[in-house]
Amino acid sequence: MEPDATENIQLFEKQKRIYPKRVSGRYRNIKWVAMIICLAIYYLVPFIRWDRGPTAPDQAVLIDLERGRAYWFWIEIWPQEVYILAGILILAAIGLFFLTSLLGRVWCGYLCFQTVWTDLFIWVERIVQGDRNKRKKLREGPWTREKFIKLTITHIIWLGIAWCTAGSFILYFNDAPTIVQDFLNFNVSPTVLGFVVGLTFMTYLMAGFAREQVCTYMCPYARFQSAMFDKDTLIIGYDEKRGEPRGKHKKGADWSNLGDCINCYACVNVCPTGIDIRDGLQMECIACGLCADACDDIMDKVDLPRGLVRYDTERRLEEKNKGLPVSKLRILRPRTIYYTVVITIVGFIMLYALINRPLLELNVLHDRNPLFVQLSGGNIRNGYDIKILNKTHNNHSYRLDVEGLEGAQISMVGAGNLDAQEISVAADSVGQNKVFIQAPVSKQEPIVITFIIKDIHSGLSAKYKTMFISRKPHG
Amino acid sequence: MSEDNINKDMDKVSGVETTGHEWDGLKELNNPLPRWWVWVFLVSCIWGVWYMIAYPAWPVAGGATKGTSGYTQFKELTQSQSEIIARQAVYLESFEGTDFNTIMNDSALYAFAYAGGKAAFKDNCATCHGSGAEGSKGYPNLNDDDWLWGGTVGDIYTTLQHGIRVEGNYDTRLSQMPAFGKDEILNREEINQTIDYVLALHNASATENMAGHTIFQNNCASCHGANGKGLREFGAPNLADAIWLYGGNRADIYESIFNARSGMMPAWKNRLDENTIRQLSVYVHELGGGEASVADANAKAVRPLLEE
Repeated sequence: MEPDATENIQLFEKQKRIYPKRVSGRYRNIKWVAMIICLAIYYLVPFIRWDRGPTAPDQAVLIDLERGRAYWFWIEIWPQEVYILAGILILAAIGLFFLTSLLGRVWCGYLCFQTVWTDLFIWVERIVQGDRNKRKKLREGPWTREKFIKLTITHIIWLGIAWCTAGSFILYFNDAPTIVQDFLNFNVSPTVLGFVVGLTFMTYLMAGFAREQVCTYMCPYARFQSAMFDKDTLIIGYDEKRGEPRGKHKKGADWSNLGDCINCYACVNVCPTGIDIRDGLQMECIACGLCADACDDIMDKVDLPRGLVRYDTERRLEEKNKGLPVSKLRILRPRTIYYTVVITIVGFIMLYALINRPLLELNVLHDRNPLFVQLSGGNIRNGYDIKILNKTHNNHSYRLDVEGLEGAQISMVGAGNLDAQEISVAADSVGQNKVFIQAPVSKQEPIVITFIIKDIHSGLSAKYKTMFISRKPHG
Repeated sequence: MSEDNINKDMDKVSGVETTGHEWDGLKELNNPLPRWWVWVFLVSCIWGVWYMIAYPAWPVAGGATKGTSGYTQFKELTQSQSEIIARQAVYLESFEGTDFNTIMNDSALYAFAYAGGKAAFKDNCATCHGSGAEGSKGYPNLNDDDWLWGGTVGDIYTTLQHGIRVEGNYDTRLSQMPAFGKDEILNREEINQTIDYVLALHNASATENMAGHTIFQNNCASCHGANGKGLREFGAPNLADAIWLYGGNRADIYESIFNARSGMMPAWKNRLDENTIRQLSVYVHELGGGEASVADANAKAVRPLLEE
């Protein structure tokens, strides 16, 4: 390139390969623990059993797409209760905002699946190929037998992990032991296999290759997090006042005219997103704290206090920089308080919805064609499809009544001898019936009527308002 | 910069070589294609070549290359049709030859009959009777309880098989109302008196003193009955109920008496297979107006709700 190439505008950026160096320390330990907990939850939860009686599956966490049910321990959701899912998503989003305003991007650094799996893949890479320098040398060097073998082993292990990840995902949608057994017998349905192969490929691609690019280029959260940041949000900060001017330091030499930063690049070498934290807060920073660990390690070696790179707030760093008195950490701020309030409100609404979840529901659909039928005796008849949702785990019988229509007579058609006084609906299912209502009414505007079903034994009831039509809309 | 770049036209701002194309001073940069794009492109090319070999692709004289996979759309159609037939076969096996009474009390057979009948109705019957079987002037509403030729499943089945007034079919539903006006059996005044009487029958206010009474008893009662309640053997409609097939105003009734009415329906016996006709019978019966046959032990009675 020409000498002035650095001044050129880069319109096209090639991926810079990052070889994060091994690091140990406080935050790395937290990260290991978080990773083990996250992976354990992900891989083991489908195997937890939860007894729901003979008519429902005994898997604690299960989304049964085929039967349209979602189970989460004692909570059971039908498709029409999808608002609960919406509530969970809202809670998760606000929870994330709350966590961000309180502790910065700890989700990104410790808990996000992209981070967890990338960390796992880098760990595999390091075990097989060695630490940063060895990996870099191996990758950039010529193709040798050693390189071929080591890369092959790495990719095989990656694919293995990816396969387990994908397989585990499927377990949340099927009975886990059955699917595992099916896999062991090489007897898996093409649909399941298709999902597993697709997800394996995506995991392999995202954690093996895309890595920090997912956070930098793909993740929307990285982009809008600035809206949740303020000067009191915890970030990873470099203590410029203490560190600068940076420079090499020989053991026993004088520290005058030099800051504490010895420009060793330890913080840069361990960074999984390949940035230099000393340049200040950057969008790429996922706040994992590994640079703080690396720097602390170096500070220990040169006998200086830890914390040159540390978790701190922008306000405190700035105050320190300007030589002002450093204020305290402010955890309780309007921002954190109103996120807490919103979480509490949404949480209570959801709790209310869950506690008051109806175990019996009724849906009525008026016939569209014909809207009404003139009977020979002078009565007008309307047809309805009724759906009775029996969400209990027992068979029940219901009595159907109609309110708001003088002289109404109910009849039903269907297989067998059906009786509106006793409509039976099997446990955990929807009973569908065709119902006719006839009444001696003159042709008039639609009459509002109410269908009422009542459980004969428990007295549980449900209502549905609908219309009784006796003439054409334009008649 | 290496030697081979010396003659290339470089863009000063970005430091990227240009393609040499220029439009009014605008030059196109020669940036490399994104790697992922190149890979997708290459894989697509390979897939494209494979597709042209495996599937019918190239037009040649008298058709197209056959392709190694032997795929044709017709084969796919035949296959999916046979799949559907195989799925139906399970039900057809027990449906075939089973009497209506059993079908009406078996939920699986009932559902099979109803669904099949619904589909067949839309294909064959909706043209005249409407998609909701709601009928129109001259075409009976099949949802109501007013049946010209009988409303049990068996009656409906017979009507479907042989049709109404089908020429050359000995089992067809057959009757002919005289054209009282056109054939000069009744004059205009007599017809008007009959209309008065028929409307009175409809409103349940007919008396023997009415002028139309005698005319009705002499000319109409043989088919429509002395009380005007109709006779199913002749498909003679009930004139005393609330339903008018050809309209209930004076002009409509005048037209009915003057020119007579004789609706027709095709016989479906040789157009549809036996099972479809039986499915249709169940479907039409279950539209709401179906009558219980004498043999039907499980009579479906309209149950008054507010009696208790």
